[in-house]
Amino acid sequence: MYSEKVMDHFQNPRNVGEIEEASGVGTVGNAKCGDIMRIFLDIDGEGIIRDVKFKTFGCGAAVATSSMATELVKGKTVREAMQVTNKAVMEALDGLPPVKVHCSLLAEEAIHAALWDYAEKNGITIEGLERPRSDIGEQEEEPEY
Amino acid sequence: MIYLDNAATTRTAPEVVEAMLPFFSENYGNASSIYTLGSVSKKALNQARRTLADYLGARQEEIYFTAGGSEADNWALKAAAEAYGEKGKHIVTTRIEHHAVLHTCEYLEKHGFEVTCVGVDGEGIVNLGELEAAIRPDTILISVMFANNEVGTLQPVKEIGKIAHDRGILFHTDAVQAFGHLPIRVDELHIDMLSASAHKVNGPKGVGCLYIRSGLKLRGFIHGGAQERSRRAGTENIPGIVGFGKAIERAVRIMPEKTQRETELRDYLIDRIEREIPYCRLNGDRSRRLPGNVNFSFQFIEGESLLIMLDMKGICGSSGSACTSGALDPSHVLLAMGLSHEMAHGSLRLTLSEENTREEMDIVVEAIREIVGKLRAMSPLYEDYLKSRTAGS
Ligand SMILES: Cc1ncc(COP(=O)(O)O)c(C=O)c1O
Repeated sequence: MYSEKVMDHFQNPRNVGEIEEASGVGTVGNAKCGDIMRIFLDIDGEGIIRDVKFKTFGCGAAVATSSMATELVKGKTVREAMQVTNKAVMEALDGLPPVKVHCSLLAEEAIHAALWDYAEKNGITIEGLERPRSDIGEQEEEPEY
Repeated sequence: MIYLDNAATTRTAPEVVEAMLPFFSENYGNASSIYTLGSVSKKALNQARRTLADYLGARQEEIYFTAGGSEADNWALKAAAEAYGEKGKHIVTTRIEHHAVLHTCEYLEKHGFEVTCVGVDGEGIVNLGELEAAIRPDTILISVMFANNEVGTLQPVKEIGKIAHDRGILFHTDAVQAFGHLPIRVDELHIDMLSASAHKVNGPKGVGCLYIRSGLKLRGFIHGGAQERSRRAGTENIPGIVGFGKAIERAVRIMPEKTQRETELRDYLIDRIEREIPYCRLNGDRSRRLPGNVNFSFQFIEGESLLIMLDMKGICGSSGSACTSGALDPSHVLLAMGLSHEMAHGSLRLTLSEENTREEMDIVVEAIREIVGKLRAMSPLYEDYLKSRTAGS
């Protein structure tokens, strides 16, 4: 069901953990739908993401997308990190099963939430960044009988 | 590999496969044909029917073979609704039924019937008071499962049957998880219709049966030839039915030993997990449960992750997590029992067979301990919990 890349990131997730006194922390999702992601960013004075860590409660795809998202933003500028979309995360993982696409949206949202926190703490605005929604649940169609 | 998903399906027993094989290549006759080759099939068909009838304390002509448990459930509910729809349009069932029953009820709701789904207690046992209170003058059918497929809880079938019969209401039970695992006597338990499936009891997949008490005027389900007393047309799946008969013959023969062995292993596994893994909850009643069923929720983690990691260690289990079913919500059974979404997402079902060993249980406990530890280490919920604990003290 999962690509080799997804399995690799699930089995050996990169950047698991916390950052003490992080520049920005974002938590998205909820236990109701079964996925919660928290991302910690350490951003230097130049606006470069020096370090990033995550914690995730969720399925294999949730862990793998969090892991890949952290890899994609590490060492990047804030502006570059804004380009890390759910599509980019999915492509980097060689795709996700359709029912798991929402995990990649959640990963994108988690990065944005951490950046939002960073921006608020520093009284700056980041172009294109909107207040994160904390809850992403894809509405699926009820089957007909 | 350690296979602990016997509630999903079981290994077809070697003696069952052996009994089936001649009916593919040598005795391939159509049971409706009059020549000898056909009558060999007919005889085998009737022998299987007798085995099932004897097990239930029923009559041969009350057993109708189907293509599995789902078909039997669909047939029972739709045919009962149609046959008794004149009398009333109300059906009582429970919130913890298999989807074969629940989705059939939803279908019937769209066709003018009203369905009341009765709740269960924290262990997953149907609330008898609530069930009685749900009955109305226009109630025509009560459908309650014999044993739950997720948490293994055994329902008070006899009491429910009596409630139904005292009021002249039909009683159907989905016995797919219990059939061949526990003694079942339809008369003592006041059962009018009962669904069963071969593959949950070491028989082949795609074969099941519906017991219909004689005298019930139920319409046939598949229209066509005169097979199954014209109620379920279609050339019979003779190899499958022979396998079903053999599986039940075997199940009845080994039942006392199998039950004892599974119960011991089950209680050993439950005991070790409870002792050795913190923040877990046993789901389902401790003693009123299927001999092979173990179901736990592990707080702060999600079931699909746990399953994939167990699979990497060669251990097969299942979970009520939404992610494993492709649905948005976790198990409707666990939610009906009052578990939070988080706990329902973190559930793990391990269902044993008589082939499992104590050594395997030891390996499984070690694996769960390691994996749960790893997943908690990356869980934001666990982090929050630990912080709230230090903040509180
Ligand atoms: C309680 C219950 N009812 C019905 C079914 C469906 O049976 P089958 O797979 O034979 O259609 C199952 C099996 O998944 C079950 O556990």
